[in-house]
Amino acid sequence: MSATAGIHREWRRYTPSQRLARFVLYFGLVFACVVSLRTVQIIPEFLYDAPEQMADLFKRMWPIDWAYYPKGVHEALIETLHIATLGTILAILMALPLGLLAANNITRNAALNYGAKFFLVSSRSVNSLVWALLFVAIFGPGALAGTMAIAFRSIGFVGKLFAEALEEARPGPVEALKAAGAPWTSIYLKGYWPQVEPAFWAIALFRWDISVRESAVLGLVGAGGIGMAIDSAMNLFQWERVALMLVAMLVVVIVAEVGVTWLRKKII
Amino acid sequence: MTGATLQARPPAFLPNWPARLAWIALAIYTVYAASLLDVTWARFVLGLEQGARFISRMFPPDTAPDKLALLAKGLYETVEIAVIASILGILLSLPIGLLAARNLMPPWVTWPTRLFVVLCRSFHQVIIAILFVKAVGFGALAGILALTVASIGFVAKLFAEAIEEISMKQVEAIRATGAPFMNVITYGVMPQVLNRFVGFATYQFDSNLRNSTMVGIVGAGGIGGTMFAAFQKFDYDYLLTILLAIIALIMLSEVLQNWIKKIYR
Repeated sequence: MSATAGIHREWRRYTPSQRLARFVLYFGLVFACVVSLRTVQIIPEFLYDAPEQMADLFKRMWPIDWAYYPKGVHEALIETLHIATLGTILAILMALPLGLLAANNITRNAALNYGAKFFLVSSRSVNSLVWALLFVAIFGPGALAGTMAIAFRSIGFVGKLFAEALEEARPGPVEALKAAGAPWTSIYLKGYWPQVEPAFWAIALFRWDISVRESAVLGLVGAGGIGMAIDSAMNLFQWERVALMLVAMLVVVIVAEVGVTWLRKKII
Repeated sequence: MTGATLQARPPAFLPNWPARLAWIALAIYTVYAASLLDVTWARFVLGLEQGARFISRMFPPDTAPDKLALLAKGLYETVEIAVIASILGILLSLPIGLLAARNLMPPWVTWPTRLFVVLCRSFHQVIIAILFVKAVGFGALAGILALTVASIGFVAKLFAEAIEEISMKQVEAIRATGAPFMNVITYGVMPQVLNRFVGFATYQFDSNLRNSTMVGIVGAGGIGGTMFAAFQKFDYDYLLTILLAIIALIMLSEVLQNWIKKIYR
């Protein structure tokens, strides 16, 4: 009986629970899509003239107001870069101790590990624009709020990756230093640091690249940089100036990316 | 004799002067940039005071029924924007990523496609949302379109890179049977990249959910508009309610992401 049942058994790639899980996932996907499409509020009148509006937008943007660059864009652009750079430096300074606390091969205390990880997760789960809103409320509008927003958003990112790099460090050199009776400063500087240095620079450069993009929009909520210039130009419908700022931002982002790639090759 | 060999031996850790100069330059830059920002001790203390007042005004979070209904409506729209934008963006990324893969397509196809993908990625989602708000008016549609563009910039790039890393042997084997192009894609390419594609797609959905809470700041629908209004009206206790709801939503999405990854492992 049982032998013939074995012969006629139908072979399947997935277990029933796996198939059920997949079915639930696909069903959920289709369901979410259908419900969203049916209930989302789209005003059809707006959609009909979208091509016209788009054409109008580009027509208004067209003679790009290059002459405005030295007057109102250059300074804001430099401020954006300062916000991104200083914010990233601040974030790294604050993330280093948190990263050391979160790495379980350096801090051998589960409570401290989880405490540090909690800070890192909460820093990451709040968007940089929300951080900017909070810091505008605290420090008032301006570049300081933007810098703090970039810094607090970046702590989680830098700290998490730095802790992971530390956890991957080989214990050999550290044990050799300990056996030689090295003080703890030497253990960190000569045992751990050379091992995590490439990862550290890669993280710092990557985060700076992201910060440059993000700092450009912080001005929309009043946190300084070119976003503020874009916001005021838009409120005055000066689209040819908005176009200029968008082009300037595009150039900065591309230059930053090329620069980061070059520096990464050079350092690492 | 031994003294001479000891002297000839170089120190284990040579001072690296270029690196030291770079560190000094970085320190000088930090001080200079901080001075531009007008960070003074007095301002810092004032900031702490204001921060304390700000936080004290946030508590307790506002849970009036009408505010909660507004919150639920905003969150619902946020999720809708994220779902539609993710599905649209991922569906469009499939052909675009394929067109951008240099091992399957000739250069005259890949270069324009790659340029398009780079353009999609180079602006922040909120900036793209501004342009779409102008084009299609206020509301969820602008947010959907903005996040779709951002999704294409991210998913299509990673998808093209994943395709470029596949083993061409299987593709050649399918081609050798005389299969048409679509079958080469479905049987030679897709099985090799599907797992990674699911990973990109779930990551992008998570990222879209985070960003769809933000696009409302410029009027593109979702909870962001409600949040920004609460902020501008100094309605800080309601702001805290909204922030807590957003954080809960994102945690939920991370749980969902882990579940989906487990299914496709």
